[in-house]
Amino acid sequence: MTDQQPALRLEGIVKTFPGVRALDNVSFAVMPGEVHALMGENGAGKSTSMKVLGGIYQPDEGTIYVGEKPTVMHSPLDAKAKGIVFIHQELSLAEELSVAENIYLGELPKKRFGLVDWDTLYARTDKILEKLKVSFNAKTRVGDLSIANQQMVEIARALTVDAKAVFFDEPTASLTDAEKVVLFEVIADLQKQGVGIVYISHRMEEIFKITDRISVLRDGQYRGTLNTRETNEEEVTQLMIGRKLDLSRSALTHEVGDVALEVRGLSCGDLYRDVDFEVRRGEVLGFYGLVGAGRTEIAETLFGLRDPSAGKILMDGQEVRIHSPADAIARGISLVPEDRKGQGLVLGMNCRDNMTLPQVDDLKAGPFVAEGAEVSIFDQYRDKLDIRTPGWKQTVGNLSGGNQQKIVIGKWLSMHPSVLIVDEPTRGIDVGSKSEIHNLLRELASQGYAVIVISSEMPEVLHVADRIVAMFNGRVMRTFTSEEVTEDNLIQAISGLSGDGQAA
Amino acid sequence: MQPGTLSTFLKRGAIWGFIVLELIFFSIAGEFMSLSDNAFMDLDNMLLLLKQSAPIGIIAMGMTIVMINGNIDLSVGAIYAISAIILLDSMTWPIFGALGDGAIPIAWLLALAVGTALGALNGLIVWKTGVDAFIVTLGAMLGYRGLVFMYNGEQPTSHLNWTLVDFAEAQFLGLHTATWFLLLVTAAIWFLMNKTVHGRNAYAIGDNREAAVNAGIRVGPHMMINFMIIGFLAALSAVVFYSESGSVNPNDGELYELWVITAVVLGGTKLTGGAGSIISTFGGVLAIQLLRKGLSHIGADTETVNLVIGLILIAVLFLDRQLNIKGKEELKV
Repeated sequence: MTDQQPALRLEGIVKTFPGVRALDNVSFAVMPGEVHALMGENGAGKSTSMKVLGGIYQPDEGTIYVGEKPTVMHSPLDAKAKGIVFIHQELSLAEELSVAENIYLGELPKKRFGLVDWDTLYARTDKILEKLKVSFNAKTRVGDLSIANQQMVEIARALTVDAKAVFFDEPTASLTDAEKVVLFEVIADLQKQGVGIVYISHRMEEIFKITDRISVLRDGQYRGTLNTRETNEEEVTQLMIGRKLDLSRSALTHEVGDVALEVRGLSCGDLYRDVDFEVRRGEVLGFYGLVGAGRTEIAETLFGLRDPSAGKILMDGQEVRIHSPADAIARGISLVPEDRKGQGLVLGMNCRDNMTLPQVDDLKAGPFVAEGAEVSIFDQYRDKLDIRTPGWKQTVGNLSGGNQQKIVIGKWLSMHPSVLIVDEPTRGIDVGSKSEIHNLLRELASQGYAVIVISSEMPEVLHVADRIVAMFNGRVMRTFTSEEVTEDNLIQAISGLSGDGQAA
Repeated sequence: MQPGTLSTFLKRGAIWGFIVLELIFFSIAGEFMSLSDNAFMDLDNMLLLLKQSAPIGIIAMGMTIVMINGNIDLSVGAIYAISAIILLDSMTWPIFGALGDGAIPIAWLLALAVGTALGALNGLIVWKTGVDAFIVTLGAMLGYRGLVFMYNGEQPTSHLNWTLVDFAEAQFLGLHTATWFLLLVTAAIWFLMNKTVHGRNAYAIGDNREAAVNAGIRVGPHMMINFMIIGFLAALSAVVFYSESGSVNPNDGELYELWVITAVVLGGTKLTGGAGSIISTFGGVLAIQLLRKGLSHIGADTETVNLVIGLILIAVLFLDRQLNIKGKEELKV
């Protein structure tokens, strides 16, 4: 670091809500031209910090400095005008409008009588897009763009002002690896132009790849800043959760049973082809691959949400046909979906009702719901899975991500399935709860469930899976046992580079 | 008190607080402005109010479950009119002529069956085509109303059966027949939504359809059942009302869908589905009827009544929104 002025500096920021000290004396500084990671578990104060900087909340105490000047952010627009820009995880674009209209939304250049000055608009937009080296132009309809390109539009929007600091909030959450590379190039470009970058992410690999320094928050307090080159994942994690995290390879400690589910030559149009695998009772089978490799689609087929175009599914040696989730559930296949809130939970309902949702019809007494039986099922699985909630009446939407995930898992366990498919088990779950979910999955296998875990995080599959199916472009490239697998051969397999093994 | 208890109480109890306010206001204002000698809160007046709430109220119970389920039904006014015509006209058909008063239950069953069938048709189309219920029932509203006019042109359909009138005007334990029907329907629908599997699943489907499908719930049949129930209740509402009045105009029941939806929304049911309460809908129905009756008690004309109800609806939903935003980290939009 040079000894120049920080682009943006927070000093002693305090923000309290009734009953909660959300930010407790938070201070950190972003230098011009550096990529600064902001890390912390969910609820550590990252979002609140952003909202304070973005003018959505006013701090109770402390000062924000832009350059040398103490500054008050009156509103999101004001923050933007002062050069503090945010690229949010959830994109906020008007899909029916063009790229140019989106970039200058609310600030369209005008001619007389309030008419839009289209020529100026497109000229300005083209200039910005040129800097980003993108493949689309100012007149493209945003809805026609890929998610990655839509994100570029958001970034372009940030560049309409003289940005001093740009915040990226989990920018790679829905990007493919190729798209990530492009994003990182853009970030490097911004960096060269002397913009301070704040990079918020849970993904350690990325943090260590692109950032210069890492600041950590825990429980609303600033816990320190580390130089990325001088630290390691372990140290950062320890700072984040306040204790050590066990991510060692788990060894198979119990006997594996017979084959619960077998898939032969399964295909589904262009999504995946000729997929073969089997999963035994008592083992965790991992599926690893890039986004779009076809992993989730296989899970959806097994759960009856997609019909396969060829191939067969066998359970306990018998061929089965599954046309709907109801079929799958009846056969003992259950799916913990990737998008917990969108596909797994009824957020407005209470914990008990969510947990018994698939079996409420089996529990009825006459025409009525058997509420007593439901409560005892809930109590049983709350204790078993250590779900932390004030009681079954609590609305599921109010629980933390980890506890919500346990409700979804409990929902299926209470149906005693033979195969449990878990898609991205720890997406959006903070580091501390992650290892709890991992241990839980291991334990379920040891109790005799056949567990399939789909994950995009390599440490996760390496940690929980006994065998790993590596997928690339809709095909199974190789199935590894935990003795064979290394980070290198796994990466090669999922990039389509692997020459050895049983590449289809 | 746990955090959130007060706001939950305000939200749940708001409609009843509003009713109390209305009662107080009209009682006091009535003393100064009313031309009638009777007090507003006169017992007979209140009993009449309950009776007059029945036609809208019975349908509103059905609308609540359809809306909790994430749908809407705009065709209830037209189903109401068709069922009324079937009820009155069928009693004059020659095949039933010889039965005398025995034709009454048959006419009732016919009217209820037609209402249920029309609701089933709505539900089937929504289920099988996947077209939004708003559009399907908008079409049904126009189509069913067309059937009403095809039946008898612009002419009213009339048939007065005195046995039926006596039944409809009877009072049991002080309450009118129509009031009893309203109360029974309210209780039955409350049980359906709070105690049965169908009710539980209807809430789940309305709140998060995808999660419901992933839990193995078959969405289509549940939606169809709810459309059948609301069709049945629209017919029941007509049966109760026209047993007494004996004459139906082809325009009858027009705008009923909007009155019904107003009552349901006042009672706190979400337009997006997943949340709503039968008891609060009952409150919403009473609140609207009180307003109509109270305003006319103090001498306001129909146009003024509609204007005031419209304004109050918007004001109430605005207040509800304010209560809901508080404490949440919602963005200022």
